[in-house]
Amino acid sequence: MTLAIRRLESSQVLDDEVVEDFLELHEFPLREGTSTTFVYRGEADRVFLRHFIYGLPSKQRFQRLGETDLWYLVLELPAGSRVEYKIDVVQDGKHRWVRDPLNPLRARDPFGSNSVCQGHGYRTPEWTRPDPHVRKGEMRPFAVKSEALGGKRRLQLYLPPRLRETSRYPLLVVHDGADYIRYSALKTVVDNLIYRQEVAPLILALTTSDDRLREYGADERHARFLADELLPALEEELPLDPRPAARGLMGASFGAVASLHGAWSRPGHFGRLLLQSGSFAFTDIGPSRRGPVFDPVVRFVNAYRDGPVAFSDRLFVSCGTYESLIYENRSMVPLLQSTGMEVRYTEARDGHNWENWRDRLREGLSYLFPGPLWMVYE
Amino acid sequence: MSVEQRARTERILVLLGPQRLRPTLASVLRELGLEGGRPAVVTAGWQHREAEDAELREHVAAPLDNLELYRRADELFSEDPELFEAHRERQDRLRTLQELYRVRLAHALDAARALQARKGSGELLKAERREAIDDVRRLDRSHLERIRVLHREWNESWPLAEREAVARQRDELREILSGAVALVVAGGHVAVLLNRLRLFGLPELAGDLPVVAWSAGAMVLTDQVVLFHDNPPQGPGNAEVLESGLGVVDGLVALPHARWRLRLEDGVRVSLLARRLAPRKCLVLDDGAVLPASEGARRSGLDVSRVRRLTVRGKVVAGPGQSLAGGAA
Repeated sequence: MTLAIRRLESSQVLDDEVVEDFLELHEFPLREGTSTTFVYRGEADRVFLRHFIYGLPSKQRFQRLGETDLWYLVLELPAGSRVEYKIDVVQDGKHRWVRDPLNPLRARDPFGSNSVCQGHGYRTPEWTRPDPHVRKGEMRPFAVKSEALGGKRRLQLYLPPRLRETSRYPLLVVHDGADYIRYSALKTVVDNLIYRQEVAPLILALTTSDDRLREYGADERHARFLADELLPALEEELPLDPRPAARGLMGASFGAVASLHGAWSRPGHFGRLLLQSGSFAFTDIGPSRRGPVFDPVVRFVNAYRDGPVAFSDRLFVSCGTYESLIYENRSMVPLLQSTGMEVRYTEARDGHNWENWRDRLREGLSYLFPGPLWMVYE
Repeated sequence: MSVEQRARTERILVLLGPQRLRPTLASVLRELGLEGGRPAVVTAGWQHREAEDAELREHVAAPLDNLELYRRADELFSEDPELFEAHRERQDRLRTLQELYRVRLAHALDAARALQARKGSGELLKAERREAIDDVRRLDRSHLERIRVLHREWNESWPLAEREAVARQRDELREILSGAVALVVAGGHVAVLLNRLRLFGLPELAGDLPVVAWSAGAMVLTDQVVLFHDNPPQGPGNAEVLESGLGVVDGLVALPHARWRLRLEDGVRVSLLARRLAPRKCLVLDDGAVLPASEGARRSGLDVSRVRRLTVRGKVVAGPGQSLAGGAA
């Protein structure tokens, strides 16, 4: 198959009209099988694709189409890939990183937003979208005084629809909870999955931290906060199932480290862990090159690698294959499994971002807190 | 003729699609001429939410009696711990049997699907495909038979009618049902619902009362309960027979919520399910579906609405088919 951009290249006339027709005829990035053509139109000295795929040079240069102001780049993306990117436009020595003007798809994160390229075979899961027919859970503020961390900690609670005081619910503590709600549609996802009976009705405690790299980085004070302060306060207030199998910790990146460390620090306390793209940095010899903020994490993970023990029952671990952390996560899984804990590991052709974490929630949550789907026909 | 008399002259059975988004119960009761009476309702499939029937009452807009079979079972088990123990042991055995059946089923279905997917149309391949589906059918039958034997032996060891607590509950239910104009069975947890209906002998107590049921309620009234979901978040999604239903109606398999539980666009899966369960008709009961499932219901003038059927050729077509529709489709 000849790519559309190659056919355009071989046109006898290359003028504004031809370029405009080409742009009007297609959606961009243009997917043709596993080939994806990115284009940018505008005056520039050079144009680059800035993506977040670990494994490819992070800066990919566009070609100029003849003498026109159309720039293009063809990338081979394996089926099911999802890539976040910006376009780097260089003019008069100045770099401007812009979102792709020809692509309406965006993914937001705490730093702003990126353009999204959905490769051949990728589809946004329908269970991530709001459904007007679904009963909605309730969000409620909650505060707990923490001696371990100092001061009062404010968080949000998610309470499932039709909560009954006489029932007992599983609890999942979510690190970076506000970001999960904002960028991974966590509330919508949980509403949908509970409604579909795929996930048991559960309560979420959505925590945040103003100093997450310190507190989430294998910090004993945070582990103490989780087990000795937050959990008892929630148990006093909410109808929680007290069994470890009904207690979980969850997080992405450093939030996954906080979850792993929190459960490891109190063996048998948290029976369910959902760990996404964990920053499980370690060294085999010599110092870590990831920077000082990782030092406590490296010490913890190295110690765990030296003496792996079971501390929980069931873990769901996920990571994107386009992340630098894929090596650490792949290394961690057999180690966790070797202790006899049940571990499910899944990979996706995606990067270190909130939509990757969103897209894995159905598999993770239904594995850790399965609902009665198979038997219920309402 | 009073409402009660009219209702009891001919067995009326109506199966409906899910009621939450597009409720049809009230209009069906009205069309059957039962709106003046007091229906008895089973919501045991909702388990601990059994009593949360305000939406249902509001929809029916008439007094109704919730039979509260889930609560009654809890009461009964606390009064009769010996029975509770025996019951629990039986349920454990049923669960184990189901798990063991699943192991064999997965292999049998894999083989059937692999042969369906194989290209070609030669006689040898066709015969092998038929055999593979027959293997699944034999497995389903033998599973159902084991469960029937288990139930029979248990019933012989534990004659429920002789248990004082059971007899007392049944007397109360008989009393409520004697004043009811219809038995209405809601959906929910299909195994719990079937269990509670059997525990209290509801089909016998209800006699020839008109019955209107939806979702799991419709499933348990058939003679074979089939669990299904083509795309569950965990597990292979192999449809499985759970056990025999109450057999108030036979010749059909009720598939509520099929629109999102089954890959209806996948002809191979649709065909396999329809062939496996034939000659029973696989009926899709999605939102708004109304199926008069007995002569009595059809003679009452109720029409088939929004019912679809899986065909052995892998299609999904409108209507329940001749033998169930009585010409109405």
